[in-house]
Amino acid sequence: MPRRDDIHKILLIGSGPIVIGQAAEFDYSGTQACRVLMEEGYEVVLVNSNPATIMTDPEVATVTYVEPLLPRTVAQVIEREQPDALLPTLGGQTALNLAKALHEDGTLAKHGVELIGANYDAIDRAEDRERFRQTMTDAGLRVPRSTIAHNVSDARAAIAEVGLPFIVRPAFTLGGRGGGVVHDETELERIVGGGIEASPIGQVLIEESVLGWGEFELEVMRDRADNVVIICSIENLDPMGVHTGDSVCVAPQQTLTDKQYQALRDQAIAVIRAVGVETGGSNVQFAVNRETDEIVVIEMNPRVSRSSALASKATGFPIAKIAARLAVGYTLQEIPNDITRATPASFEPAIDYCVVKWPRFAFEKFPGAEAELTTHMKSVGEAMAIGRTFQQAFAKALRSRELDLEPRSPADDSRLLELVAVPGAERFDHLLEALRRGLGIDVLHQRTSIDPWFLHELAEFVSDPQAPFTGVRTFKSVDTCAAEFAARTPYFYSGWERPGPAGPSHEVERGERPSVVILGSGPNRIGQGIEFDYCCVHAAQTVRELGRDAVMINCNPETVSTDYDTSDRLYFEPLTLEDVLGVCAIEQPEGVVVQFGGQTPLKLAAGLDEAGLQILGTGIDSIDLAEDRSRFGPLLDRLGYKAPPYASASSAEDALDRAPDVGFPLLVRPSYVLGGRAMEIVYSVDGLRGYLERVGTGAGGRQSTIYLDRFLEDSIEVDVDALCDGSEVWIGGIMQHVEEAGIHSGDSACVLPPHALGEEMLALIAEQTAGIAKALGVIGLINVQFAIHGEQGLHVIEANPRASRTVPFVSKAIGLPLAKLACRIMLGETLAELDLPRETSNGHVCVKEAVLPFDRFAGADSLLGPEMRSTGEVMGIARDFPTAFAKAQAAAGARLPGAGTVFITVADGDKPAATGIATSLHDLGFEIIATRGTAQALSRMGIPARAINKLGEGSPHVVDCIERGEVDLVINTPVGTGARTDGYEIRSAAITRGIPCITTISGGMAAARAIAAARRGEPEVISLQEIHARASGVH
Amino acid sequence: MSRSGAYVLLADGTRFDGLSCGADGAAVGEIVFTTSMSGYQEAMSDPSYAGQLIIFTYPQIGNYGVSAEAMESDRVHARAAIMRAGVDREDAGGRGRSERGWLSWLADCGVPGITDLDTRALVRHIRDEGAMKGGVFPEGISPTQAAEMIDAEPSMSGRDLAREVTPDAPVTLEADTDGPRIAMIDTGVKLSIIRNLRERGATVELHPCTAGAQQLLRSDPDAIFLANGPGDPAALDYIVETVRGLVGKKPVYGICLGHQLLCRAVGLETYKLPFGHHGANHPVKDLTTGRTEITSQNHGFAVLAPDGARTIDTDEAVRWETDFGTAELSHINLYDRTVEGLTLKDVQGATVQYHPEAGPGPHDALYLFDRFVDEIKAAA
Ligand SMILES: Nc1ncnc2c1ncn2[C@@H]1O[C@H](COP(=O)(O)OP(=O)(O)O)[C@@H](O)[C@H]1O
Ligand SMILES: Nc1ncnc2c1ncn2[C@@H]1O[C@H](COP(=O)(O)OP(=O)(O)O)[C@@H](O)[C@H]1O
Ligand SMILES: [Mg+2]
Ligand SMILES: [Mg+2]
Repeated sequence: MPRRDDIHKILLIGSGPIVIGQAAEFDYSGTQACRVLMEEGYEVVLVNSNPATIMTDPEVATVTYVEPLLPRTVAQVIEREQPDALLPTLGGQTALNLAKALHEDGTLAKHGVELIGANYDAIDRAEDRERFRQTMTDAGLRVPRSTIAHNVSDARAAIAEVGLPFIVRPAFTLGGRGGGVVHDETELERIVGGGIEASPIGQVLIEESVLGWGEFELEVMRDRADNVVIICSIENLDPMGVHTGDSVCVAPQQTLTDKQYQALRDQAIAVIRAVGVETGGSNVQFAVNRETDEIVVIEMNPRVSRSSALASKATGFPIAKIAARLAVGYTLQEIPNDITRATPASFEPAIDYCVVKWPRFAFEKFPGAEAELTTHMKSVGEAMAIGRTFQQAFAKALRSRELDLEPRSPADDSRLLELVAVPGAERFDHLLEALRRGLGIDVLHQRTSIDPWFLHELAEFVSDPQAPFTGVRTFKSVDTCAAEFAARTPYFYSGWERPGPAGPSHEVERGERPSVVILGSGPNRIGQGIEFDYCCVHAAQTVRELGRDAVMINCNPETVSTDYDTSDRLYFEPLTLEDVLGVCAIEQPEGVVVQFGGQTPLKLAAGLDEAGLQILGTGIDSIDLAEDRSRFGPLLDRLGYKAPPYASASSAEDALDRAPDVGFPLLVRPSYVLGGRAMEIVYSVDGLRGYLERVGTGAGGRQSTIYLDRFLEDSIEVDVDALCDGSEVWIGGIMQHVEEAGIHSGDSACVLPPHALGEEMLALIAEQTAGIAKALGVIGLINVQFAIHGEQGLHVIEANPRASRTVPFVSKAIGLPLAKLACRIMLGETLAELDLPRETSNGHVCVKEAVLPFDRFAGADSLLGPEMRSTGEVMGIARDFPTAFAKAQAAAGARLPGAGTVFITVADGDKPAATGIATSLHDLGFEIIATRGTAQALSRMGIPARAINKLGEGSPHVVDCIERGEVDLVINTPVGTGARTDGYEIRSAAITRGIPCITTISGGMAAARAIAAARRGEPEVISLQEIHARASGVH
Repeated sequence: MSRSGAYVLLADGTRFDGLSCGADGAAVGEIVFTTSMSGYQEAMSDPSYAGQLIIFTYPQIGNYGVSAEAMESDRVHARAAIMRAGVDREDAGGRGRSERGWLSWLADCGVPGITDLDTRALVRHIRDEGAMKGGVFPEGISPTQAAEMIDAEPSMSGRDLAREVTPDAPVTLEADTDGPRIAMIDTGVKLSIIRNLRERGATVELHPCTAGAQQLLRSDPDAIFLANGPGDPAALDYIVETVRGLVGKKPVYGICLGHQLLCRAVGLETYKLPFGHHGANHPVKDLTTGRTEITSQNHGFAVLAPDGARTIDTDEAVRWETDFGTAELSHINLYDRTVEGLTLKDVQGATVQYHPEAGPGPHDALYLFDRFVDEIKAAA
């Protein structure tokens, strides 16, 4: 069946901001889909609120809307664009849920939009736990015994049927959000209640536990002619009970006999047919009892998923690309296999290597959070490694993790065994230690239920960690066919082999063109996410435009950078000096790009330089000059720019000595860390002492220097991204933060162009940015952060001589690709040659808002601070700041209420400012409740405010009100450390109730203005292409 | 455990060094590779591999040990196992179902193996140069000796290996139901084929490959089944003769070698593929339904179109005139578009080149056994 020509315009929905459970993999799949559909000659309309994605680059789709992923907004886009079809299976759960909603509210029918890929019924059959169960049973497949509960007493009744422990699974949530395991009656109320809360339809499944069984996933594809193939099998090392997203996984499956595997294969095919996904990729999860051969179906995702991204990278079979072609009518047989170009896509990849995936966690950033791994996903990223054997792949995965701190195991064996038994972020490190200490495989199997095959392999590994690496590093290709056919696509990994007489048989065909190596950013983590991958992809595109071969090195399977189409040669390798040098040895590159992958490549720069490799752009001394505070401080002095008083200390004692000269409040942190790891504000010597005890001087593992900065209170923070060619500087964007300095730049909303800075200040900022860039000798990108203090004026906080987190946002806002321009400069072009416009404004205001994962870390305080905690970002675009801010808030999931009750409690210093906010909210008709102090301050200004008890003052107190759902908006600013405890309760109550909770005055003001703006009705949607067309482009 | 050295030497002189495992001693024959990721024991015990040494492209072999239920015949037929890495654990997979460690079992069976060589490099060499004779040799044997042993080994083309794997006397496997009676020319049948026929109620008679038409017809079976097996179909004219004496008299079905023999019997030719099809992921299109099935494959020879073409360039169920009337192309391989199946239109009979019985491999084509058995019942 050929391409459908009865449809012309296709709407694609992205997955929105990066959140736990829905990350960069959907940029990878969405980008592939857009490209394929454009190639096929369709008009593609894309909606995605996440600016840090390649898919939202204006050239990837015909029309691109960076707008909130909400039914009403997407409906507006549909009205405006009148697409023929909606492809909902490439934007994760978000796109599926939106598609369902738009079907249910009749929007799709009204505008004659056809769902392609998966129809409404198939989506509902897979997503509604109850219907899914029924469908499976009808198909003769076994699912865990279960019943539906809409309230806690239903759940209690269920114990009789399913027994204890049981699993709680909310309907329609991502990454198992709100789910969990109930071991005994005492946990029942909390976990079941939470699950019902989390489910948009207030429904949970109470399910028989198969904890400890083996967990397997199969990636299935089906076409319109009902041909079905299995792309890849994935086995979890962690048995059932740990979310697949949090499990260490291996592909292909290792421990099942052919008969057992074929049984899974048969069932996976039966599942996709029963659910009725017409075309595309689906993911089916099984639990297998290896002793009894029992198999139960756990779930199926009727869409591409994190696992299908992993499967694509693990096999070289581009699931999303093929899924898009299938959705527009092709059959598998009609689609050629990219890699062999000789065979069709209607086959099952044969793998002749082993792949290990490792999750990356961030618990250290959420003190107090429940750190046990359960059925509810908590990891923020992942690394993948390919080796010829399991041990090679496992060892490479270990070094791909780039941990900030080496895990330490307790000396006491019984304690160690406890840690091994409870799944946690460092479980495997403890397990390896246990094996090193010779604690038997039987004991460990019995404690962990991990299959003995893996335990044996790991035991062998610890007995001689070098053994897997005997022989020489040999570059092999990932070719989907185990070498049965010649591979045309240059996707490589290194294995260690005994060389033949003719030396190691590398499969790399280097060619004559000069090559440029681009170092990726490794596993996503908080502080280093998709933004950096975005920049690396732009670097690769530019290198190719400039007639070189782009060579990508990265180990993150979720990304566009590790799509073999992105570069001329992709090396799926850990980002360690050793592995990078291994690639350079056969690439002999013209140079290496370290500016775009965040801190990861910067850490390697010196080593690469020593090895005689050319670092393109800003040199290593400039990098060091910017990052070594003891060198950067004097540089600022020379330039006569203000910086907060600071000191660096080599030990705890030293820090305590120096603190008084710097002056409190202090911002304390270890050096060389991204995302403000372990960074805190302390208000007194005791505070500092406490910090030093908590963090120790070993924070960050590698180094021991501690930095002390005077913390500038009540300052406006400003972020600048600029280009420098060594002599000239071009300002890409000046962003004013909404939250004051002290809230990490990655976590605060920012506005471009600045909404409240005068011309002189902007000029001064531009001047100092240029001064710093030149003084550092930057060639490429630089990001400078400033704090503007009420009295003392402009201060330089830091300068990063590399691509920053805001590069994609700025590029989309101004319509000029900063990373690409930087890459041209790094390869020798001058700013003069680039001839960039002096004026980039286009009559629109863009707001970037951060998305925070607090709802997944029950127990952690949701207060913002200098340590970054957001996982993703969204962008709001409008003609005025309040509307853009309102859009950004909506996109970030914090729907500001249009009316209702606002609860205000603020620090004394904030009370005057708070009255301003209260006044406007009052005028907007909000009822205001406040704690006594705040209430009095407000009433004095003539704003009616109902006083209400603090927690200490007994019920009914504020938390009661919030829990009773009587509050629609919370504004709570903390003072020093004092108010944090009471505030903590308030904030967590708000978070669990999903009530927007604003913790800064400036945020509150913006919110009030946004609410007022929203009163003027639905903001109109506008595409990036339209905005960019309006750029004035003055030269 | 330090293991002694061993090496693979190919007829063209190419050499790959590794470590020896399994039984001591050398093995020579035709070296082929299979891309199947599981089912190593099934492969080693598949009579179709007689005379061949198997390179497993999946790098780690032996993960789940060995067990009686995985045997495809009563013994190992492949002459050696060539692996990137071998696993030998009694408690493999820890499911107490594995009865022996894989490498120990190879030793028990007297089959040599080699590990720790760059199997992917070896496979790419064979892919480019074609399957060739070669051997696995302990380091004790000098390359010159080894080369002589390889020369002494007859080439696969024109080789009758059926006689080496066929039973000496007929055996009948009665079914408790009164299903059809099938007389099989046992050129080295896989147990999975017998299992699938018997699961469908058939009584199966296994006859030596030298049995003539008379002997096969003696019990008045409802159908004749031509089994899979090793070697070159062109060297089995005596079986082809027998088959010519059966076509038209009884429904005739065949798998793999059996397919090649039936095709030769109706007048078609066979030829040697460059490196054969050995794996569990080849897409085959059923031209009657238009469906693609993922198939288990294990053959070094294939059937030529009447016009001598090696590949079929249409997805149509083309019809060919044969000595026994019209034959219709029923299946083709979507990898290299070679013939995968044929149906006789004027007399009752059908065959496939691939392995619907799986063992190892996907079950997509099991429906063929229903189709065959139903047709047989209908005819009976
Ligand atoms: N019945 C069960 N018993 C034990 N563990 C389970 C059960 N069901 C699910 N799990 C665990 O919970 C995880 C999440 O469940 P899943 O259905 O995959 O939800 P999600 O939609 O979040 O992927 C699974 O990966 C598995 O480890
Ligand atoms: N001296 C200071 N006064 C006030 N806020 C500061 C100061 N230094 C840093 N900050 C705040 O801490 C955040 C993180 O500090 P920064 O130096 O940017 O570390 P990172 O390298 O993690 O970006 C900044 O975004 C800013 O909000
Ligand atoms: Mg799941
Ligand atoms: Mg910063």
